[in-house]
Amino acid sequence: MKDMSVQDRPLLRVEGLTKFYGGRIGCEGVGFDLWPGEVMGIVGESGSGKTTLLNCLAGHLAPDAGRVLFDLDGEAVDTVTMSEPARRKLGRTDWAFVHQHAADGLRMNVSAGGNVGERLMAVGARHYGDIRASALDWIERVEIPGDRIDDRPTAFSGGMRQRLQIARNLVTGPRLVFMDEPTGGLDVSVQARLLDLLRGLVREMGLSAIIVTHDLAVVRLLADRLMVMKDGHVVETGLTDQVLDDPQHGYTQLLVSSVLQV
Amino acid sequence: MSDYNFAYLDEQTKRMIRRAILKGLAIPGYQVPFASREMPMPYGWGTGGVQVSAATLTPDDTLKVIDQGADDTTNAVSIRKFFEKTAKVAVTERTAEATIIQTRHRIPEEDLTEDQILVYQVPIPEPLRFLEPSEVETRKMHALEEYGLMHVKLYEDIARHGEISTAYAYPVKVEDRYVMDPSPIPKFDNPKLEMAGIQLFGAGREQRIYALPPYTRVVSLDFEDHPFERTRAQEDCGLCGAGDSYLDEVIMDDAGARMFVCSDTDYCRARREAGHRGAMAGEGEAFA
Repeated sequence: MKDMSVQDRPLLRVEGLTKFYGGRIGCEGVGFDLWPGEVMGIVGESGSGKTTLLNCLAGHLAPDAGRVLFDLDGEAVDTVTMSEPARRKLGRTDWAFVHQHAADGLRMNVSAGGNVGERLMAVGARHYGDIRASALDWIERVEIPGDRIDDRPTAFSGGMRQRLQIARNLVTGPRLVFMDEPTGGLDVSVQARLLDLLRGLVREMGLSAIIVTHDLAVVRLLADRLMVMKDGHVVETGLTDQVLDDPQHGYTQLLVSSVLQV
Repeated sequence: MSDYNFAYLDEQTKRMIRRAILKGLAIPGYQVPFASREMPMPYGWGTGGVQVSAATLTPDDTLKVIDQGADDTTNAVSIRKFFEKTAKVAVTERTAEATIIQTRHRIPEEDLTEDQILVYQVPIPEPLRFLEPSEVETRKMHALEEYGLMHVKLYEDIARHGEISTAYAYPVKVEDRYVMDPSPIPKFDNPKLEMAGIQLFGAGREQRIYALPPYTRVVSLDFEDHPFERTRAQEDCGLCGAGDSYLDEVIMDDAGARMFVCSDTDYCRARREAGHRGAMAGEGEAFA
């Protein structure tokens, strides 16, 4: 008998993922393994294909070639070829997606509690008291005062919206979180607080995450491993500290040296 | 001799609408798109209901039209006249005598029989619309039975008002499959959606027809700890004394005087003719 415990197989295996926009390359031949509890950062400049890659991984875009194998009850299932209902179900149970702009990931005309509760109701929760209790618990875990539970996100600051979006995504206990520039558009002190929160949650819940960002400080703090992209191709991979402290590829060297030292 | 084709619409159009109706009956609660025609009335005045009625009417039918339960309001009177003129069908105000009843915002108090058809005028057929603006997305949600969002609306009600405050157009689940907007009937009427008659829903501007065959299971959505509740004004009808009917509140003057009367005028009339008297009914003959 083979040991089917989660630890000895990757949570996500990506093979030869390719997406073209007409004649132009979105991303090409991307492959990697993501292990349970691991956080991977994808960095690169604007237009390098990192968001395209993330959208292909999360099932928002259909890739032209390649496989995305997700570990579902000990079986590696190709999420590219799986049926749409199954993929959408994955999107509200095991997967979570944190958008760069909180407004894309939240329902702005629904209260904070409703936003967090939506995922619970989407998987069949029908007890108001329980839904509200979990929503309140999560709102407080992301450091939003509990008495704001009935306020709409339109009344929230940018940082609070982003934290609310994270609560909404994590409430169903996903195993894999996709994040697209989670700190983009936030000022530095708010960024620091958000990163602190994210780091705590990732460790505490044993989450696996794929974080797309152009901000090297974000990956330095959060990511175990790093993938550097340029023009749709992966040019360098490795442990975060290794890649940032000893960049091998010319583009990575440029990227690392472009960071302003304060 | 009128120059109108029977029931105003041409035969091909009626045929197209009948096909949509049959499809709707075959898939209870599913919104069937149809090629809605321009009708000689503005959108919002029942263009969908009128087209469904026109495609359903036969020369032997007896038509009743109600608006908020009343036979004598502008919308009801003009639609009734419209079909008197274009279809020359018999019309009535008595629920029991009608074979087709076109309604806006109410189900008659009197139980319908298997020989009757109830046609609803529907402004917005999509129950998910106010939470999800994309039609592509809502159709996908219906197809995949992703109805969590409908409960978000009810959650918001309870969070804001302490109870499910949606009082009309209260969402229902049909035969355990499609979530449906029962048109803006009061939720008092929701339990009556499980009835012997055929129910057809027509939305003219939105170009959708849907239907409930007789005895279809229709469940109002709710939470385990906030179950669905039927609500009505806690009064008796001022004219006929009914304590079980849905009531309209009528303001009598500018000093706060008011009365409650049955919104179903035919039901109220029948009770008064049977000798029932409410607290505010005048002396003598109620109906001349």
